[in-house]
Amino acid sequence: MTWGARDLTVRYGSVTALDGVTVDVVPGEVVALVGGDGAGKTTLLRAIAGAVRPASGGVESPGVARIGFMPTQAGVWRDLTVDENIAFVGASQGVRGADLAQRRAALLEATGLTAATDRLAGDLSGGMRQKLAFSLAMLHRPPLLLLDEPSTGVDPVSRVDLWRMIAAAAAGGAAIAMATTYLDEAERAANVVVLDSGEVLLRGEPGAILERVPGHVRTTPTRAAGTATWRRGHEFREWVPEDPPPGTARAADLEDAVVAASLAKEAAHA
Amino acid sequence: MKAMILKEFQELRRDRRTMAMLIALPIVLLVIFGYAANFTITSITTHVVGPNAAAVTGAVPGLFDVTGTDASGTSQDAKDLVRDNVADVVFDTNTTPFTAYVDGSSLFSAQTAVGALNAVPSEQLTVEVLYNPDLTTSWVMVPALVGLILTFIGTIITSIGLVRERQTGTLEQLAVMPLRPSAVIVGKIAPYFILASVDMIVVTLLGVWIFGVPFNGNPWLFAVGAAIFLFVVLGIGVLISTASQTQAQAIQLAMFVLMPQILLSGFIFPLSAMPAAISWIGYCLPLTYFVEISQGIMLRGAGFGSLWVSFAVLAGMAIVIFSAAVLRFRADLAPRAPRHADAEAAS
Repeated sequence: MTWGARDLTVRYGSVTALDGVTVDVVPGEVVALVGGDGAGKTTLLRAIAGAVRPASGGVESPGVARIGFMPTQAGVWRDLTVDENIAFVGASQGVRGADLAQRRAALLEATGLTAATDRLAGDLSGGMRQKLAFSLAMLHRPPLLLLDEPSTGVDPVSRVDLWRMIAAAAAGGAAIAMATTYLDEAERAANVVVLDSGEVLLRGEPGAILERVPGHVRTTPTRAAGTATWRRGHEFREWVPEDPPPGTARAADLEDAVVAASLAKEAAHA
Repeated sequence: MKAMILKEFQELRRDRRTMAMLIALPIVLLVIFGYAANFTITSITTHVVGPNAAAVTGAVPGLFDVTGTDASGTSQDAKDLVRDNVADVVFDTNTTPFTAYVDGSSLFSAQTAVGALNAVPSEQLTVEVLYNPDLTTSWVMVPALVGLILTFIGTIITSIGLVRERQTGTLEQLAVMPLRPSAVIVGKIAPYFILASVDMIVVTLLGVWIFGVPFNGNPWLFAVGAAIFLFVVLGIGVLISTASQTQAQAIQLAMFVLMPQILLSGFIFPLSAMPAAISWIGYCLPLTYFVEISQGIMLRGAGFGSLWVSFAVLAGMAIVIFSAAVLRFRADLAPRAPRHADAEAAS
């Protein structure tokens, strides 16, 4: 079963937050939703979770009881201890008794929180809190996991830990949609959907998506004339609307691809 | 420094609640205090009973506003009129000398009445203060303070507790968990209801024990009145939480609700001493009716028969406010068409 959104449109008053977005979230895979602030990532996840009513189109989900949701601000109760958080979410999700004890032990072990069970969630570091939030979202073994920027503001070591946990959940069969602003994270996903102002700019596997960039990006040692140029390290990049010369890639990596797609959209609307 | 001052004004201009507190509140307080802060009683609701009722009615000073006479009324009828809060003073002409029964639970009216009546020679009139013979202030204040404490917990503490869930992002989490909105609402409110009930019992017992305040009425009737009142103030607390994004905003709004209750519910400044243009506000406030219930039951031993109006008004307020609060809170949890506020949070 594939979950996700089908031609989904969501409006906030006169503002269109999502405009005909289709996203497939496949069991055993991670789909990364990439985009800047206001791109529509959170709205898309909340709509799939059933917290936002679509203006048109629809979502396919296993139902609220079988979704694990991790909101932007870590969904943990800061005035409860780690154990109390697990107990509350377990009771709310119908995970009890021996099953809860087994899940609690496994998730604490995986997150390295075993020694912190009596600490208030509010006293945990940002990384530990995010890992706890992930554990809470995973507690009832949901077939669909929706993660809203799980690693934003997290230290590099905790980011790696989180990625390991996300990969393990996918390996266990969960379908995972993850919003992120980190392109290196997105490159690890099975599929990437690039959102901009509520529209899909690019979609596909991280490698294949580079071939779908409109025009191409070329590297120059000095800044080229025109506005479609930007600096990366010691070099400059320039987006060119024409196809690249034969044998040349359209973009070197996902970062170049996203910038090129944004510039192409601007040029189309100019 | 100029840039800093400019920045501060720009921020203040956009913080409408703080601006309202800075500009509107002082004006409102001045007007209300100017008119409401009045301990001087110029009119006391009075009844006259007994065979000489007509003669006495014509002879009492203008301070005593005679709103009823009953030539066939007995001495017991006179006391019942005071107990049922029909009048603050009842002249009983069945006795020799005549007796003036004064309602000690209406402290300021009683103090004024006793002051005026003491000038009458004792061979003509006996003054008997009922329910608070020594006109002790704490006897009148403690039953009212029970209501004020319930108001404080119901509005400020409840709204802070609910807004914390929104502020930390866990309300969003609750909205996508398999919990019925009713379960979330009851689960959020029940602890405050229980804690406020415990506080109510403790404060009442301490008032009786430390200040010697009598409890002459039916405790169960008192408990029912307190429970209805709690639903009203908890409803206000929930409503405040649905209109606030942060705990600071909730406290500001709660203060707007709390201040008039303290000043205009009649337990500090008597409503009868306020001009009608101000006192009507008091009659729109739930604490006004709870004060009538708590003072009536604790001090006068009043029953439902004489307090039913206050019970009915509070029950009506409870139904309207609590229903509105639950509906608004439910809207935060149920799947919905996004509102404008969501647009700012969405990314």
